[in-house]
Amino acid sequence: MAEENKVILHGFWPSPFVKRVELALKIKGIPYDYVEEDLPNKSSLLLEYNPVYKKVPVLVHNGKPIAESIVILEYIDETWKNGPSLLPEDPYKRAEVRFWASFLQQQLLQRAILVVKSDGEAQEKAIEELFEKLKLLEERIMNIFPEGTASINQENMGLLDIVLISCFGYYKVLEEVLGFKVMDPEKTPLVFSWLTTLLEIPVVKEAIPSHEKEVLFIKYVRQNALNPTAV
Amino acid sequence: MAEEVLLFGVWGSPFSRRVEMALKLKGIQYKYFEEDLTNKSPTLLKYNPIHKKIPVLVHNGKPIAESQVILEYIDETWKGYPIFPKDPYERANARFWAKFIDEKCLPGIFNACWGEEKQHENAVKEACELLKHLENEIGEKKYFGGEAIGFLDIVANFIGFWLGIFEEASGTKLLTREEFPKLSNWVGVFVSSSGIKENLPPARDKLIAYFRSQFGTGSTDATK
Repeated sequence: MAEENKVILHGFWPSPFVKRVELALKIKGIPYDYVEEDLPNKSSLLLEYNPVYKKVPVLVHNGKPIAESIVILEYIDETWKNGPSLLPEDPYKRAEVRFWASFLQQQLLQRAILVVKSDGEAQEKAIEELFEKLKLLEERIMNIFPEGTASINQENMGLLDIVLISCFGYYKVLEEVLGFKVMDPEKTPLVFSWLTTLLEIPVVKEAIPSHEKEVLFIKYVRQNALNPTAV
Repeated sequence: MAEEVLLFGVWGSPFSRRVEMALKLKGIQYKYFEEDLTNKSPTLLKYNPIHKKIPVLVHNGKPIAESQVILEYIDETWKGYPIFPKDPYERANARFWAKFIDEKCLPGIFNACWGEEKQHENAVKEACELLKHLENEIGEKKYFGGEAIGFLDIVANFIGFWLGIFEEASGTKLLTREEFPKLSNWVGVFVSSSGIKENLPPARDKLIAYFRSQFGTGSTDATK
């Protein structure tokens, strides 16, 4: 069923959520057109495709839009059966992937964003919670990856790897902007080594934006959050 | 090996009841353990050390947490009644709206019922905007799942039953028939459907009293 397989991704270059979809499409070898959205000035198409959230990413497959990054990843995996699977076959392992993807998203990424956007006491609290949750992940890595993470590569990487990269692939940028270590090989050696293995994979390396560009963007996000301009 | 399915839950929780609805629709035998949330059992903490919450499904000794993750697991493990649609696009649609309900509607509705009094009007307006999306999504369908109850109906159990409880407990009415005729219809059909009605919490008054004791008597309490 490859007759018409028009895939368009509406995105925004620094968005971790968009990054997930880009990685999934690249890993699966799915050709797609990319539309860079100007977020203060969203296209009318985007608003039509995602009227509920009006956000990126939106994947449009043969004219039909899908929103929410993890929903899109599952859709991609179910629709394109050739190429590596993003989720394992076994239902229990699939449940584990879904559980941990939700954990990475809700417990880690949301807190990391809060750390970027706050200061003083609020930031301290967010930092404490972020490290608490990172520690929980560290303690469970051997359950998630009983064989370890050293042999993860482009052919066998999956949804959880993609979500981790989107959350912390730019950890050096965070560390530069915030001035402290976020991914500490001494505090969370297993998470650190999982992440660094992933960052060596060619498709991942290509997908990460330039360090300087990201630093500027995160600085801008932080500044905007701490000193909001017009009311 | 004989199959063993355990469910750790709480009688008044929509999340817990979602799992029971799915198990019953599939005809799966299970053993239920009622948890006391003020005094969680060591077994629960062993099975869900990360979040320490219910519901937890334990299948042949292996635990699964998070109600939506559990529902996906149930549908993938046991054949019979299909909870998810077959088509990937419809599945994506169901997952999208399920996420919307848990991540946006629940907090929005909670805020409208029990948020700060001075934000009350805004919170009600926002909650109604969220419900409007669901009104549009149900459209002319009997169920969110089409002709039969599906994943999204089960996740929307909160809207189907607990919203009414929240409204009574807090005194804030959100789902009016005038503003939401289609969603109101769905609520009526949902709570009287076989497979659902037997699985709703009994003792409505007790549930209302419980939420009042947890969250107060509501944002519209200004004159009391």
